[in-house]
Amino acid sequence: MQQFLNIFIGGLLIGGIYSLVSMGMSLQYGVAKVFNAAHGEFMMFGAFLTFWLQQNGVNPLVTMLVVAPVMFIIGFILYRTVFQGIRTRAANPGVFESNAMLAAFGFYFIVQNIAVRIWGSTPRTYTFLGKSMSIAGALFNENRIIAALFAVAIGAAFYLFLNSTRTGKAIRAAAQDTTTAGLMGVNINFVLALCFGFGAAMAGVAGSLISICYSIYTTMGLGYTVIAIVVVTLGGLGSIPGSFIGGFILGVLGSVVAYWQPGLVVASYYVIFIILMLLRPKGIMGK
Amino acid sequence: MHLLQGEKVTMSFGGLTAVSEVDFYVDEKEILGLIGPNGAGKTTLFNLISASLKPKSGKITYEGKNITGMNPYQICRLGIARTFQTVKTFGSMTAIDNVRVGALFGQPEKPSSAQATKDAIELLEFVGLSKNTYSPARDLTLANQKRLEVARALATKPKLLLLDELMAGLNQTEVAEAMDDIRQMRAEKGITIIMIEHVMKAIMNVCGRIIVLNYGKKIAEGTPQEIINSPTVIEVYLGEQSNAGSK
Amino acid sequence: MNLKEINWKKYSLTGGIPLLIVIFLGIWPYIGPTYYVTLFTYFLLYVTMAIAWTIFSGTTGYISLASAAFYGLGIYAAALFGEKMPLIFVIFIGGAASFVLAFIVGSITLRLRGIYFAMFTFGLVVLFKEVLLYWEITVKNIRGYFVVIETNNTIYYYLFGICVVTVIIAYLLKRSKYGLALQGIGENEEAAAHTGINVTMVKILTFALSSFFMGACGVVMATKMTYIDPQIAFNPLMSFNPALMSIFGGIGNLYGPAVGAVLFTYIQEKLMTGSLKNYYMLIFGAILVATILFLPNGLMGLIQNVWKRIKGVKRAPTTG
Repeated sequence: MQQFLNIFIGGLLIGGIYSLVSMGMSLQYGVAKVFNAAHGEFMMFGAFLTFWLQQNGVNPLVTMLVVAPVMFIIGFILYRTVFQGIRTRAANPGVFESNAMLAAFGFYFIVQNIAVRIWGSTPRTYTFLGKSMSIAGALFNENRIIAALFAVAIGAAFYLFLNSTRTGKAIRAAAQDTTTAGLMGVNINFVLALCFGFGAAMAGVAGSLISICYSIYTTMGLGYTVIAIVVVTLGGLGSIPGSFIGGFILGVLGSVVAYWQPGLVVASYYVIFIILMLLRPKGIMGK
Repeated sequence: MHLLQGEKVTMSFGGLTAVSEVDFYVDEKEILGLIGPNGAGKTTLFNLISASLKPKSGKITYEGKNITGMNPYQICRLGIARTFQTVKTFGSMTAIDNVRVGALFGQPEKPSSAQATKDAIELLEFVGLSKNTYSPARDLTLANQKRLEVARALATKPKLLLLDELMAGLNQTEVAEAMDDIRQMRAEKGITIIMIEHVMKAIMNVCGRIIVLNYGKKIAEGTPQEIINSPTVIEVYLGEQSNAGSK
Repeated sequence: MNLKEINWKKYSLTGGIPLLIVIFLGIWPYIGPTYYVTLFTYFLLYVTMAIAWTIFSGTTGYISLASAAFYGLGIYAAALFGEKMPLIFVIFIGGAASFVLAFIVGSITLRLRGIYFAMFTFGLVVLFKEVLLYWEITVKNIRGYFVVIETNNTIYYYLFGICVVTVIIAYLLKRSKYGLALQGIGENEEAAAHTGINVTMVKILTFALSSFFMGACGVVMATKMTYIDPQIAFNPLMSFNPALMSIFGGIGNLYGPAVGAVLFTYIQEKLMTGSLKNYYMLIFGAILVATILFLPNGLMGLIQNVWKRIKGVKRAPTTG
């Protein structure tokens, strides 16, 4: 029983971070219709930014106050300069989606190369809140608990933002029907860029949280992009609450597999993806 | 036996019921009109017949065979062809290639490449596009693209043709030409036709029978004369306006 | 006079020039220095991969990022069977294995929207690498495989053969009715389905066909590597290269991917050995983004547009 709790709670803890990173991707794909293959790279970049600031004496949790706006700005500018251009030139939405995806791949290469040039390829780590704490009898490092709490808090805050503010409404409108939203007076280009920026910020902050608990390395991005893809599909393409729930589900599932055969964790995510494709591509809450 | 028959066909998207227990049929060589306000479920019904969508419940039979749940290409090869509300020609292909696709893939018996080309040339002439045989489809005017779509549909040698708002966006002359083309299709090729239309002149003059949908339900069925005089239909189309006027 | 012009252009583009190229490539190992034979081997490799990729993704618009998975499968086929049978058989095994894999992947994901297909193929390479790493380290307790070695010339000629076959099949497909079907699917899949095309089958089979050639390439190139392991065999770059090369070159016709492949391989060679070698990924990424933004029809598309404009200017006076 104790073992089960270990696995389950451990899964929830990492699941919180999966949720955060996946919500960011859901925002970028669900609204801006950009399949951001570089999402994991933004996460990695956030992780390394936090690492660098931490090495210079800043509390890692505080670094998120820097990482979030920096990544937001990067994402926003990226959308305005590149993806908006692709959008205006695309003959139809299908062409835009594939072109945007390919351009995102381009950024995958670019961001990773930059990171490797700056920080090299060896794993980096630092300790923060390394003491253990117990939840329901299972022992966990404090940093994992804090990270998960922050992830959930940020996710919940964003959800509130979406549902109660005017800008949030504009985003939701654009998610449903970009053209009509534009006709109703929503500045579409601005809103889509906002979404992309928020998505990048969430990825970056998720990276910060990861760096608190685990060692980081410049090639870690791809793995998280794959996780985000599976979570977003599991939760339903375009559904932010779906991604939130899906992150926890995948976290627990991954935790179970990791206990049984650690080398097969990524493969198990794939199996889940295959099952989804076969039985319910719409995911849990997809429209 | 009706050529095409639908029994209690129902389709819903999430909470919205787009088509609600609609019974319909069409007999050979009929021209059936399908009308109703926007959002009444007309195109959805077409989508259900042509297998773009699968009905939540109900049954559709063609020549006695149950076709509910088949794939679109199977429906096409059985002899049901359609056009689309927003024209879906293959823009980068030439007009003749557009039609050849229909001939090569949609017919119940696969023709040779040479035969397909011959069919295509004939059909382009039938719809009046001979001059544009080698133009890319995307360079054609809207009216011509619609003609091309019809030619492509005819290339699949259908017995039943579903026309979705063929007249939308056409001027008066083009509408008259289209009406003639439709009559000609039945006369010369023996094709049965179901047409969704908002252009009342066309519906009234071309169709032998009309079905009226509103909010997914069939609310009236009959000859053009009966439909024009039906109080239910009048209210659906004009009722809200009258109310607004009286306020 | 006019009739003569049209025939010349058509025959030279589809007959004369390719024939000359084939002859030239055929005798190259005997006239070119060793370094250049290796370079041309890579040209042939990437031209094949790019054209194979274009057969499916260039026509239907379903972007496949699984090229590396098929290539890697071929590499492993060479590792497992290379010592036991002649290379030509192993090539067919590698190709067939890729075909089957692509068929399965396609059956699962090609019934759905293009984005699911892209996502799935994207992760497929990572999946193979992880599973094989796990298998080798944990289950079999080995580290990689040694592959039978072939001479440079052998490798060159095998790739040459694969390349020629790929190009011929790509050309025949394009001109057949299935080429038309693929184009229709790329233009408007719903209309294509309603015009009688069994779109799912056409997509799956074409995807599988294109992967056959990629697997075959993997088999041959493995013999050059001598030692392979999952990291070497399943490298995401091999998924992006064919896509990038084809898009850069232009996917409208078969010359596009070929030109893109040759150009990029050459640039890659120069970058890898020059002072910019550490920025190679960054430069590739930047070129990809720039191509998407500014050269949507690729290099060939650009050349065609320029050519049309030149011809257009020549015609205007006569109709005036």
